[in-house]
Amino acid sequence: MIDIHSLTFAYPHASPLFENFSLSLARGETWAILGPSGCGKTSLLYLLAGLRLPGDGTIQIDGELLARPRPRSGLILQDYGLLPWSTVRENVELGLRVRKFYGPDGKHTPGNYLPKDNVDHWLDRLGLGEVMDKFPAQISGGQRQRTAIARTLVLEPDLLLMDEPFSSLDAVTRGDLQDLTLSLCVEQKLTLVIVTHAIEEAVALGGKILLLGNAPNRNARVFGNPNAGKSGQVHHALCDLLWKEMQHETA
Amino acid sequence: MKQRDVLLAALGLVIVWQIAATIVNRPILPGPWDVCVVFFKELGNGLLIHFGVSLWRVTAGMLLSVLLAAPAGLAIGASKTANRLLSPIIYLLYPIPKVVFVPVVLLFLGIGDAAKIALIILILFFQIVVLVRDQAVGIPPQLLQSLNSLGAGRRALFRFVYLPASLPAILTALRQSIGTAVAVLYISELFATKYGLGYYIYYNGSTLFNYPAMYAGVAAMSLLGLGMYFGVDWLERKWCRWKFVN
Repeated sequence: MIDIHSLTFAYPHASPLFENFSLSLARGETWAILGPSGCGKTSLLYLLAGLRLPGDGTIQIDGELLARPRPRSGLILQDYGLLPWSTVRENVELGLRVRKFYGPDGKHTPGNYLPKDNVDHWLDRLGLGEVMDKFPAQISGGQRQRTAIARTLVLEPDLLLMDEPFSSLDAVTRGDLQDLTLSLCVEQKLTLVIVTHAIEEAVALGGKILLLGNAPNRNARVFGNPNAGKSGQVHHALCDLLWKEMQHETA
Repeated sequence: MKQRDVLLAALGLVIVWQIAATIVNRPILPGPWDVCVVFFKELGNGLLIHFGVSLWRVTAGMLLSVLLAAPAGLAIGASKTANRLLSPIIYLLYPIPKVVFVPVVLLFLGIGDAAKIALIILILFFQIVVLVRDQAVGIPPQLLQSLNSLGAGRRALFRFVYLPASLPAILTALRQSIGTAVAVLYISELFATKYGLGYYIYYNGSTLFNYPAMYAGVAAMSLLGLGMYFGVDWLERKWCRWKFVN
């Protein structure tokens, strides 16, 4: 589904984060991107979202060159990205309102887009019915993140990109939302790419784990994790391995 | 702020006024009751027309200021290049007391309403531009990126982020500027006009020496400023409900 080919990327006046970096992600897979601070995790996610463009090399999704945000990709950020002046319901509707604003122009909105009123479905599915008339400041962190997820799923994406989405939540809420994310990925046949700095979260969510090291990243170091989402000894072994690898990277 | 507290504060000020009038005990400071009686009597004798003319001038000035300054502030705040090019100009012009331009504006625009409204615009424009620009610059980039990922381009960002985000700044600028706008209105109505509260106050105080009527005009001008202040508060509660949820 996603083909990153010979990617080179650097911010202006800084050394490159990626140099001749290649990676392929198949449809329906769940990927976790792990690595120390400053290694380029979030930059890679933003590149996949079309919010940054490669300096060299290409990123293709479903065979199409990625040159701008793609209508069928959903991005969820750590601080939720909710509009503080809009209610939960209005935030969930936001993507639909943006699409209505432009119409099916094939650029901001898919050319074959037909408006669909599935807001109530996602409000109910994510347990937001009772707070739908409240503003983001009036609800908990977990509910805000559920709102951000609902806002993305309303647009029926096929690719879900998440940037440390649960890092500011308490352990119980984080666990609940991790389970919810995995079940939604299966239910909606989503490809998931999640950036995290927590090894446990990467192991819990990522069927494949991409470990980035100190920049520039040239080779993709991928760890298979067939038991993602399940508990057991295998998790601990993989956690230990990743922990050692990360220590090695930061040493 | 509770309405009861505002009413109590108003009552306190009226009491202080009455005490001052009693101590001074001269026609140049009549008591609040005397002014109140004259105020209602004068409403039928032209005060209402003067009030209406001043209200029209200040409202037109405020509306035009918002229509001109808010898009300018948004455009400057949303574009790094525009901000870099235009902010130094605003920096130089903002601190200049605009009231010194009264003669210049009168010379250019004549003695009609246009000059008076232009003076109000001159003052409010910079207040609104600066506050809206700062608000637009301060919008978290993550919020914009999040909207970008939903398909929003520049136009949608203005519609769904910059505009609603700047609304509180516009209202704050208006609230901060109402006092100055009404003061400038008073000064501009001293020149070459026969209508407006500024003319009414000056004419009764300096020509007719009708001090109770003069104070009735002062009260009307205060009510004008106060009414606009409450109006902006009301709009903020209606349009920016999210600011009051906690």
